[in-house]
Formats: sequence, C-alpha cells, structure tokens
Amino acid sequence: MAPYESDDAVGAARDEYPRSGRRKAARYAVPVAVVGVAAATIGLVPALADSGDPDLPRISAQQLIEKIAKSDVQQLSGTVKVSTDLGLPDLGGLEDGLMSGSGRGGSGDGSSADPKAKLTELVSGTHTLRVAADGPDRQKLSLLESGAEYSLIHDGKDVWGYDSKSNQVFHSTGSASGKDRDAEPPATPKDFADQALKSVDDTTSVTVDGTAHVAGRDAYKLLIRPKQSGTTVGAISIAVDARTGMPLKFTLTPRSGGAAVLDAGFTQVSFARPAASTFDFTPPKGAKVTEEKDAAGAREHTPEHGGDFAGGLEGKDGLKVLGKGWTSVATFDTGAKGGVPTGSQGGELGGFLGSLGDPVSGRFGKGTVFSTRLVNALITDDGKVYAGTVTKDALVKAADAGK
Amino acid sequence: MSRADVVQAGAGRRPNPLWTLGLLRSELVTTVRRWRTLALLGVLAAVPVLVGIAVKIETRGGGPAGGGGEGPAFISQITNNGLFLVFTALAATLPFFLPMAVGVVAGDAVAGEAGAGTLRYLLVAPAGRTRLLLTKYATVLAFCLLATLVVAVSALLVGALLFPLGELTTISGTRISFAEGLGRAVLIALVVAASLVGVAALGLFVSTLTNSGIAAMATTVGLLITVQIVDQIPQLHALQPYLFSHYWLSFADLMRDPVYWDDLVRNLGLQGLYAAVFGAAAWARFTAKDINA
Repeated sequence: MAPYESDDAVGAARDEYPRSGRRKAARYAVPVAVVGVAAATIGLVPALADSGDPDLPRISAQQLIEKIAKSDVQQLSGTVKVSTDLGLPDLGGLEDGLMSGSGRGGSGDGSSADPKAKLTELVSGTHTLRVAADGPDRQKLSLLESGAEYSLIHDGKDVWGYDSKSNQVFHSTGSASGKDRDAEPPATPKDFADQALKSVDDTTSVTVDGTAHVAGRDAYKLLIRPKQSGTTVGAISIAVDARTGMPLKFTLTPRSGGAAVLDAGFTQVSFARPAASTFDFTPPKGAKVTEEKDAAGAREHTPEHGGDFAGGLEGKDGLKVLGKGWTSVATFDTGAKGGVPTGSQGGELGGFLGSLGDPVSGRFGKGTVFSTRLVNALITDDGKVYAGTVTKDALVKAADAGK
Repeated sequence: MSRADVVQAGAGRRPNPLWTLGLLRSELVTTVRRWRTLALLGVLAAVPVLVGIAVKIETRGGGPAGGGGEGPAFISQITNNGLFLVFTALAATLPFFLPMAVGVVAGDAVAGEAGAGTLRYLLVAPAGRTRLLLTKYATVLAFCLLATLVVAVSALLVGALLFPLGELTTISGTRISFAEGLGRAVLIALVVAASLVGVAALGLFVSTLTNSGIAAMATTVGLLITVQIVDQIPQLHALQPYLFSHYWLSFADLMRDPVYWDDLVRNLGLQGLYAAVFGAAAWARFTAKDINA
C-alpha cells in the first residue's frame, strides 16, 4: 500500500520527526563549508607565503650594482614568467599574422623554428619560459606553449631551435654562435637588468628599496627612477639575489600608473648544474631542418624588441638619437612621403593603422602619434619617424627641435 | 548449534564490508553491459583510428602532418613515432568526447534508476543511501578510467600498426627511450582519467536533482559545453582558473623534460575540489531526498 501513497507516507514521516527537515537542510552546510575552506585556502596561502620580507644586512645602491656586475652565475636552471602589457590593442589573429610576416620577411619559406620569428611572440601577453645554463657554451631557453614547446639550445658551436608544434628545426653553426648569443632577444630578468643598468647615469636615481622573497630566495630590491620629466618610464624595480647577485625579477612600471608594462621574474630557480642531457639535441626523424644560411635574409627584417631602453637604438643604419638619458628620442627617415601608409600603400591595414593613431601638428608639420603605455612614436607626413619612451608632448618637442 | 541460531546471528550483524564490493561489482557490470555505454566506448575507440588513418594518408608523400602547427597537440610528431598517437588521441578526445561520455554515465547514475523506478528497490537493500551514492560515484570513476584506457589502447594499437615505434623526442627536444615514453603514456592516461573526476562529481550531483535520466545527462553535457565556452572568452579570465576544464590540456606538460608540474598539480587540485564540493552536495541532496519513484 505504502509505495502508491507516497505523499501520505512522506507527510507521516515528517510528523513523526518534526525536526528532520531542518536536519536535512543542515547537510547542505557540508558542501558550503568545503567551498568556504577552499576559498580561504586560495586567498590566504599566497598572502601568508608573501608575508615577512627577509632580514638582510644593509647595503648601498652602489654596492648592489657592483654585486650585480660581479655576479658570475655559470650554472642555473629555472622557470621565468614574463608578462608584457604595452597597452596595444588586442589584434588577435591580425597581430599574429603581422608578427609572423615580419619574422619571415625576406626568405620565402622561413622556418617556424627560426628563433627571431618565434621569440617575437614574447612582445605581448604572459609567457612561461624555462632557462638552463652550464657555462658559457651551453644554454637552453624554452618557451612553454599549450601542448607544445619551443626550445633554443646552444651547445658548443651548434645553435638549435626546435618547434615541437610544427616539428621544425632551425640550425646554425660555427663562429656565428658567439655573436648570435648577443643578438638573442632578452628574455630573462638578467638580460633586462643589464639593459636597464646600462642606462643608469646622472639622469637617474638609484636606491635600494628593501628586500623581498623571489622564487624562494632572499633578494634585495633595486629601484631605478628617471629624474627627468617627459619620460613614460615610471620606475624599474630589480630584485637581486642576496647570495649570488643575480637579478631574479625585473619590473618596469609606466609613469601613468597601472599594471607593469614588463614583468619578468623567476618563479623557480636552482643554481645546481643542469643534467647534461638537457643540452643534447638531435633533430627528430622526419623533422624539417632549416640551416641558418637559408634563413639569413629573415634576420635583417626582424624588429628589435624588449630591452631597447634609452640609447639602445643607437648605431642602427640612418638612426639618430636626440636628447640624452631617459628622454632620448630615436629618429630616422623612412623616405616615404605621405606619412602613415594610407589606402594606396597598406590597403585596409593602412587605413586601420591610421585610425589607431592621434593626429598632431607643430612646427615640424603634421603627423600621427601612435601610443602604447611605454613607447610613443610619431610619424610625420614627410616620412620621418620619432620614437622613444617619452610622452607625446616631449615627442612633438623633439620633432620641433630636430627640424 | 542449530541452523536458526546462525541465521539469527547473521541478521543482527552489520552488513559485511564485502557486500559493498558486491554492490560495486553489480553496478559496474550493469553499467558496462548497457548498449549505450558500449556505443560510447566504440565511438571513443574509433577516434584514434580516424586520426591515425588521416595522418597516414596526409603524409603519404613524405610531407609533415598537421599543416605546420595546426590541429591537436602532438599531431606533427605522429609520423616519427606511433606512441605520439596516444597523446594526440587523448588531446583530441579530452575536450569533448571523453567528458561527454562521462556526463552521460554520471547523469544516468541516480536519475536513471529513479526514472526506471528501480531506485527504491536498491534502497530496500541494507546498503544505506551514503554507501549507495559512494558506489555510484566509484562506478562513474571506474568508467572515467575505462574510457580513457579505451582511447589510449586503441591509439597505441593503431599507432604501432601504422607508424614506427622507438626512441622518442620530448617536446623539449631531449630524447627518451621507448620504455620511458610508454611509462609517460601510462602516466598521461591516468592524469587524463583524473581530469574527468570533476565532471563526474558534477554529473552525479545533477543526477540527484531530478528523476529524469535524460534531463540529468542533457544538463551535465550542457554545463560541460557552457564551461568550455566561458573558458574561451578573454574578458572572463578572472573566472577561468576555477573552471574544471581550464587545466585539462596540462597533461601535455608530462611530455616536457624536465616535467613542468605547476599546471598538473593545479589541475588535480581543482578536480579534487570539484569532487569534494559536488560530491558533498550530491550527498546532502541524496540522503535528504524523498524517494518516491
């Protein structure tokens, strides 16, 4: 009888145990409590781990810079997180197209394993890199991608680039390798720090800004601030490992405030010798291997990036640098009249680029300013380009003065 | 001692722990014997066959597979080493086929019994609701593992038949022996199976909310699709690390050398959290529910 009169049966049960309804509702406290504990753990654990800067002996800025210069780390391996936020509009696929286009320009069938083409990707977004080094002759830099990896391996006289996604290999040998290393785009905190310290002069204030934990190590924080007004660089903070003097974290914040333009830091680091097999590379069967001479043309056309702070652009063909220190402006003549490529030259892209810039005018004439959060560039209608880590006004002033 | 005494002693005893195993065994057998389950497993086994044949045909002329980086992860390495078909097949099935199959089985677990009117007979047995729910969840988890292994074994067979095997290159560019590669394949299959733990718990919770098996399956699979779409919208990036599917493809990190553990650990932690939250919610619902069907 009971099964078919379930409503009555349920009612009877409720009468029998008047408090059972509340007890049943109380069971939902269990999943709620699990969520609460999880949220608290996620929120509190990083806060607890961060708390308490290490106690380190006092050190002057000068001593710290010397410590960085003397630092001679030969063996290390670690993971680096690089975030770049130049405030560029998110162009999605178009951006990819432009970048791969610029990286492959010059050689018809550029390899996707060409280091220059590949590491241009670092210009925007957040990336995880792995670095390993064993002396001056063996280094490895890997760019971790979803389900794939790009590795750049320097082993003696060989430099290998391996793109696991497309199974392509780039290879260069011989005397070029030494020079190649200098030409490698900066990716680690040390590369960025070296660039920044090059620009330290009387236009800069350098202070030691306390201590911090970086990648589980005690570090001093070196704060570099431009004294000049008119630059877009707000401050550069470098965390320097207290024991080895190696820069562990590099943060560049713009004067306009907000998130860092560039943030590169170790999330994990070890100064032990990496396994020798790390640097061994033989191209896998069936992989397409591109030798360097095949791709040499690509080299010329690849844009510089990352670490070009004040003065870094000097020495390029037809390039002049106006001003000094942080407010220096690089200028060159494209020779193309008409300024920003318009419909006739760039097709739809030209019109699109034009819409991204702000028109300005001054004694130099008319032009268009393209702004990012760090670098501003002015392209005048008579084909000159002025660019630097300076504000728009400073750029116009430089153009006026250069006229 | 008379017979009656023995029976009496047996009746007064708590249910034998082995009895739960018996319940689990009967659940497993019932689940695997369903035509629906066999069809799902058949579809899963067919995916590696399709991928393998497609890659074989595409690379017949000696060209590279994957059109220079497109397609599922690892697809360009399959021609060098058949073992990579295991990873490609798992990468291809993990976003949709595998969780859909798990969603169907998990959604059906309780609601299907309720819909067919068999749930109350299960509860007549002295198992208790908590134990029945745990058994149901264990069955769904066993299916997660079974489904993953079906894909992996099918891919390994197809890969061994169509492509060479041997030493392989990790995606970091270092070389490992075939035995180590096989070990990593097993590890990857286990991680993929563990990645489905969250969906399984979610499906089981949905299953306790309704008496219609179809509604529970549809809701679970619908949630799966919604979560995958939300995971693709860049504006919602603050939310994405908490979506159960966010770190699914981190199993590929096991093919790096050295292995990159960060995302793998996050993935397993997240799956554990989903299992705890929705498992507890399913328990709260199921033990407090009025069973009238």
